[in-house]
Amino acid sequence: MSEQIICSGVSLGYEGNAVVQELEFTVSGGDYLCILGENGSGKSTLIKALLGLKSVMSGKIDWVGGLKPNEIGYLPQQTVVQRDFPATVKEIVLSGCLSKCGLRPFYSKEQKELAEKNMKQLGITELKKRCYRELSGGQQQRVLLARALCATSRLLLLDEPVTGLDPKAQTDFYELISKLNTEGITVIMVSHDVHAAVRYASHILHIGSSKQLFFGTKDDYLNSRAGKLFLAEGDETNE
Amino acid sequence: MSEMIEKLQFYFTFPFVRYAMIVGLLIALCSSLLGVTLVLKRFSFIGDGLSHVAFGAMAVAIVAGLTEKMIIILPVTVISAILLLRTGQDTKIKGDAAVAMISVGALAVGYMLINLFSKSANVAGDVCSTLFGSTSILTLTKGEVWLCIGMALVVITVFVLFYNKIFAVTFDESFAKATGVKANAYNLMIAVITALIIVLAMNLVGSLLISALIIFPSLSAMRLFKSFKGVIVCSALISVICAAAGILVSILFSTPVGSTIVSADIFVFVIFSVVSLFVRRT
Repeated sequence: MSEQIICSGVSLGYEGNAVVQELEFTVSGGDYLCILGENGSGKSTLIKALLGLKSVMSGKIDWVGGLKPNEIGYLPQQTVVQRDFPATVKEIVLSGCLSKCGLRPFYSKEQKELAEKNMKQLGITELKKRCYRELSGGQQQRVLLARALCATSRLLLLDEPVTGLDPKAQTDFYELISKLNTEGITVIMVSHDVHAAVRYASHILHIGSSKQLFFGTKDDYLNSRAGKLFLAEGDETNE
Repeated sequence: MSEMIEKLQFYFTFPFVRYAMIVGLLIALCSSLLGVTLVLKRFSFIGDGLSHVAFGAMAVAIVAGLTEKMIIILPVTVISAILLLRTGQDTKIKGDAAVAMISVGALAVGYMLINLFSKSANVAGDVCSTLFGSTSILTLTKGEVWLCIGMALVVITVFVLFYNKIFAVTFDESFAKATGVKANAYNLMIAVITALIIVLAMNLVGSLLISALIIFPSLSAMRLFKSFKGVIVCSALISVICAAAGILVSILFSTPVGSTIVSADIFVFVIFSVVSLFVRRT
């Protein structure tokens, strides 16, 4: 498939101090890229840069194939504000269509249909009138995913989406993302769950302290030094 | 009962009582609309901070001997609103500390100015009525009433037109930004409207009690309602009804207007909290 994002020599940081340097990777349509790395390795900074919320210090991020930065379906980490927010599932999913509204104050019929379609696809239609704060963690993530799908049908960017979910809900959620990916949506997921990453992803980007350790397909990663080390570490912490 | 109605009818023959009613209801409506957003964004104290800034600005206006105090109060409050919102994003002084700093600072400087330079014989009375709005709502001029109606219309129109955007920015700012919604612009808009409402509301409940008008109706509504729309409509209704009740009671029993309205709001909050306990159990 065609390339969607090309990152060349990208360095990111705050106030002149580089957090991560010389990132080189490409994302093509239909890829499932997992970004791995320790806390503080610059994963979230990279996401902000990909979303266009932060400018790069050097290098550049190219959007090819007609994809614009605001066509990303983004699934951010949950904030404190959201946990007790009084809003129905429908209201939240519909808010994903907002970027398509431009200056128009209200949602159009097509946008409402799109929201219905996405809720159906993720199996949350029955929850439509329920209050967001009363849902389980897994259900809340589905709602936010449905909202992200309203914003895009091409690229999903997920920031540690399974944090705080129980193991069953985690597996369900990974399966769901995997299904969306096979239906043709490009997925970029930030995670520190290396086992899930090598199980579901097609490509891996591994960021170490301040530099890129690995980028390539999953199979190459499993055979690489970085991959073997990190997998072994993951095993130790799991035990 | 009929005696009370007669008394009310008698009072409503005076234009200033009718003015107070109109202005009171409009301010209650506007403040409750924005209150939901402010409470959910954890900005409840911005209302409090801004109202103290408005008090400080009013003190400056009194000392300068201006008859049209709005000329100073309005711009100063709007600018502070913008600044406070920006410090919320900056990490050097944390949002709540910045609000607290500006809030008490303005209060102290304002009181000092009035005390040192005021030519009025009744300094304590002036300060008290600015802080608690005890009489100013009954001394509104026709011009002020029209100003209030105009500003209320602006606030309501903006709110309805930008309802969906305000929802998105309140619920999830980073998602909104990521999908190309100009979240900062909408935050700025919310701050400016908040400042407008606070300046208006100073006449009604005084600068110390404004946050009550912003916070209580939305907190009450959030106890019971599950949708954003439901919460907004309910909090608007609560606010308007409490304002009306508060003004009527204060006429009948000559209690201070501002604190009577706020007491009504607190009363409703307690009732809603109790009801929500039973609703959740079933």
